[in-house]
Amino acid sequence: MKKKFWKKFRDRLSGRIFFILALSTISALVVITVFIFVSGMPLIAEVGLFSFIFGMNWSPSQGQFGILPMIVGTVSVTLGAALIGIPVGICCSIFMAEFAPAKMQVIFRPAIQLLAGIPSVVYGFWGMIFIVPAISSNLGGLGMSILAGSIILGIMILPTIISISEVSIIALPRHYKEGALALGMTHWQTILRVQLPAAKSGIVAGVILGIGRAVGETMVVIMVLGNAVAMPESILDSVRTLTTNIGLEMGYASGAHQQALFATGIVLFVIIMILNITAQYITRKKVKK
Amino acid sequence: MRKPRKSKIETKALNLYYGDFHALGDINVDIPECAITAIIGPSGCGKSSLLRLFNRMNDLIPSARVEGEAFLDKEPIYGKSAYVVDVRKKIGMVFQKPNVFPMSIYDNIVIGPKSHGIKSRAEHDKIVETSLTQVALWDEVKDILRKPAQELSAGAQQRLCIARALAVNPEVILMDESCSALDPESTMKIEGLMLELAQKYTIIIVTHNMEQAIRVSDMSMFMMIDDKRIGRLVEYSSTSLMFSNPKDKRTEDYITGRFG
Repeated sequence: MKKKFWKKFRDRLSGRIFFILALSTISALVVITVFIFVSGMPLIAEVGLFSFIFGMNWSPSQGQFGILPMIVGTVSVTLGAALIGIPVGICCSIFMAEFAPAKMQVIFRPAIQLLAGIPSVVYGFWGMIFIVPAISSNLGGLGMSILAGSIILGIMILPTIISISEVSIIALPRHYKEGALALGMTHWQTILRVQLPAAKSGIVAGVILGIGRAVGETMVVIMVLGNAVAMPESILDSVRTLTTNIGLEMGYASGAHQQALFATGIVLFVIIMILNITAQYITRKKVKK
Repeated sequence: MRKPRKSKIETKALNLYYGDFHALGDINVDIPECAITAIIGPSGCGKSSLLRLFNRMNDLIPSARVEGEAFLDKEPIYGKSAYVVDVRKKIGMVFQKPNVFPMSIYDNIVIGPKSHGIKSRAEHDKIVETSLTQVALWDEVKDILRKPAQELSAGAQQRLCIARALAVNPEVILMDESCSALDPESTMKIEGLMLELAQKYTIIIVTHNMEQAIRVSDMSMFMMIDDKRIGRLVEYSSTSLMFSNPKDKRTEDYITGRFG
């Protein structure tokens, strides 16, 4: 009798413990979210959302908190990274899923995973030593620029895009491919007209998650963008992103300045959330089908 | 009983290997034009493998190797002078399970013709109507052409797959147990369709269902594995002859239901 009671008790207890541990991960999300919003909202309320987001001047010592240059910085670098990363990534995933012989896949797949494992500071360092001087000597300017950031971020988002796109191509039912080939379509036509459209939602999700990674990346952009708070006029200009702004100034900010950095975090947080939710929504829609 | 006409597909000592495994041995057949030829035999005897040799679907399996010769209208199907895309264009295929693409009914039909360079919208419309009419699906779907093909019933999807194969204007249609995943009513519809299509196309079917072979086919091939597990063609004759007066003991045992 007693033994049975303990057994039941232990069983129930272990369930509770796992529940509490699981809850802690969600509560971390909640705590961080609440913290950012509580710390940042007062400033947005004071300055006004519109003049915060569309303000051109960022001079915390004079009480001016406009982050439009940083938003433009984030958007331009992300766009550049997407222009480089998406075509290369999708082509690479097609190659891996459809053309690469087994032996080559054995080399490619771990190599791509390794690319994801390189610490971002190493990417940044490589960018400073190699990309920045290359841009400066070939195209002029300081080299610390949107272009430099785009190139490195474009490489950094490759593993995300490639692995998710590849999986979604491989996961397609084999009979799609067979059906297309049986119609006398070439391998390339089969990929382009049947397989890619069928894998579209997975590929789009991969691209969005890759873009999310580019938006949130901090270390690399601190190292190669030059961090000037100004509207860029060309891709060779220096910019500052939202992440860089927080990373650079958090160390010494206080008062309203610190609140403004948290408010910058809110904007970043919302952008990333929108991207992630979109990616999740797209993949879920596919699963339902 | 339609009278078998001139030869459409011919094989000479056709052998298929999967790596070291000898799957099909010395297949010699002469398949008549505008007739239905059924391939029957117990599971695992290589019926589908043989069918897939005709349109080179076995090319997709890296370990598969073919020896011997096969001809479509005296033109080689294998070898340097053959182009696999042209072969598959002339020899269409319908699979066991309906495999419509995840796109609209309309796009399912025109994807083949588009890939073969037919660009004009008017022609696409015409092809969609003709091929859907051929499979008796036009009236059912003419108002929902833009809807996803996957929303159709399984039977309608399989007819759409046949229409899709017809849209590229093939000469031969291979059907790999194309009714086995369908209900009896859809099966009857597709069998009726086969008989109609056989006026114009050469049809080769693989079937587990001997009643079906008797109902629709003009010619029958009986296949079986020998003691080395190599798939062999045991008997090939007109269906009426095979089922009334089989020459080989093994054929007789199989069709009278003694094994398999």
